[in-house]
Amino acid sequence: MKIPENLRYTKEHEYVLLEGNTAIVGVTDYAQSELGDIIYIDFTSSAGDVVKAGDIIGSIEAVKTVSEIFSPVSGKIAEVNSDINDKASVVNEDPYGAGWLFKIELSDSSEIDGLLNPTAYSELLGA
Amino acid sequence: MKKTAFNAIHKNFGAKLVEFAGYEMPVQYEGIINEHKAVRESVGVFDVSHMGEVQIHGKDALAFVQKLTTNDVSQLSKGRVQYSSMCLPDGGMVDDLLVYHCGDYFMLVINASNIEKDIKWMKENVFGDVTIKDISDETSLLAVQGRNSLATLQKLTETDLSKIEYYNFEFGKIAGQNVIISHTGYTGEKVCFEIYSSSDVAKSEALWNAIFSAGAEFNIKPIGLGARDTLRLEYAFRLYGNDMDETIHPLEAGLAWITKLDKGTFNGSQAIVKAKEEGLKRKLVGFVVEDKIARHGQDVYAGDIKVGYVASGAPSPMLGKNIGLAYVATGYNKLGSDIEIDVRGRRIKAKIVKTPFL
Repeated sequence: MKIPENLRYTKEHEYVLLEGNTAIVGVTDYAQSELGDIIYIDFTSSAGDVVKAGDIIGSIEAVKTVSEIFSPVSGKIAEVNSDINDKASVVNEDPYGAGWLFKIELSDSSEIDGLLNPTAYSELLGA
Repeated sequence: MKKTAFNAIHKNFGAKLVEFAGYEMPVQYEGIINEHKAVRESVGVFDVSHMGEVQIHGKDALAFVQKLTTNDVSQLSKGRVQYSSMCLPDGGMVDDLLVYHCGDYFMLVINASNIEKDIKWMKENVFGDVTIKDISDETSLLAVQGRNSLATLQKLTETDLSKIEYYNFEFGKIAGQNVIISHTGYTGEKVCFEIYSSSDVAKSEALWNAIFSAGAEFNIKPIGLGARDTLRLEYAFRLYGNDMDETIHPLEAGLAWITKLDKGTFNGSQAIVKAKEEGLKRKLVGFVVEDKIARHGQDVYAGDIKVGYVASGAPSPMLGKNIGLAYVATGYNKLGSDIEIDVRGRRIKAKIVKTPFL
């Protein structure tokens, strides 16, 4: 399982890539592997929506199961990845790259400190 | 957790293993969609050794199986297989099963999750000269399915596989082992075999390896339970636990063709006849849904009226659409009807279509 060093993680198996005050959020390699073939990404929130950490902003439909998308931090959604609408399998193939899910402008940058570092996430996976 | 004889092989293939019916089973290897397509386009191998096999011996075996099951066993002859079901006195389905006519005895193939329950039910119903022998633990079962399954297996046997008609079987040898070669399957593929063999680990692994060597030129692949489900759903094959259970009788499940009400009384027959005379309250229908996958248990609506629930739902890798089966109240079950499904709080449009979907 790939756990890139430059990211932060959540117990819900999402990652956060910080670019300035914007967080790029997606699911981890472990999450995509556990979900199996992903068919749809369904956002119930859209750009401009203000959300709190832990809010559900959509869902990921795989063949066998469905999983919710949480916002790992509070802030305003800047963009959802519309490129994956027609090709959700990108999330399986490249979860840390083209398969990112959404971008959010942080309202409280200290929330980042509450996320798991790569070592802690690796321990969570029992790796 | 129990393991089949192929457990080490699954791990070597990198399978994702899950608990199913008390067994550690492969749900997928490389991915459900690719595995699904491998079966439709060439050939795939499923370990379904968790299924139960029960032999029925004795002078009254025919009468017993005839009473126990809904299809007409008197129509079977040696070497033939019959799809059937078992019902409670009230018509509710105990299980669906295959009945093999093996000459002087029958073999019943039952769902893994129902083995204990089914055998208890059989024993409660036994009469006369009947011996029930559970051979589940000593039996491995591989399903080799897809258009290249015959060419793969033919390399390993003297039995002329092209001569075994659909829903027939022969005792024979594959890769030197005594097996039952059955022209049956749960994928909808017309070229399909199920191989019953010894559950000895060394023998089972040797059989698997022989099949994979023979199928290498066809890019033969191991297939998990995930694709088994999507494959069966494209042909609207019912799945016990989803599409059938003890609250559903076979006519509601669309299984009138295996419910021979004119064969004489059998377990559940009176209740089923009565339900038929009163008119069925609901029927299993196929549906297609856009942009969402409907899942088991979700409510089905016609306008504001709740008219049923989803029994099975999955994406169809071959159609690129999402398909499913639902129980819908009589009157709302017409082909072409628009229905709505409550997918996690949102009403999603769906249409009732004919099955099989492919």
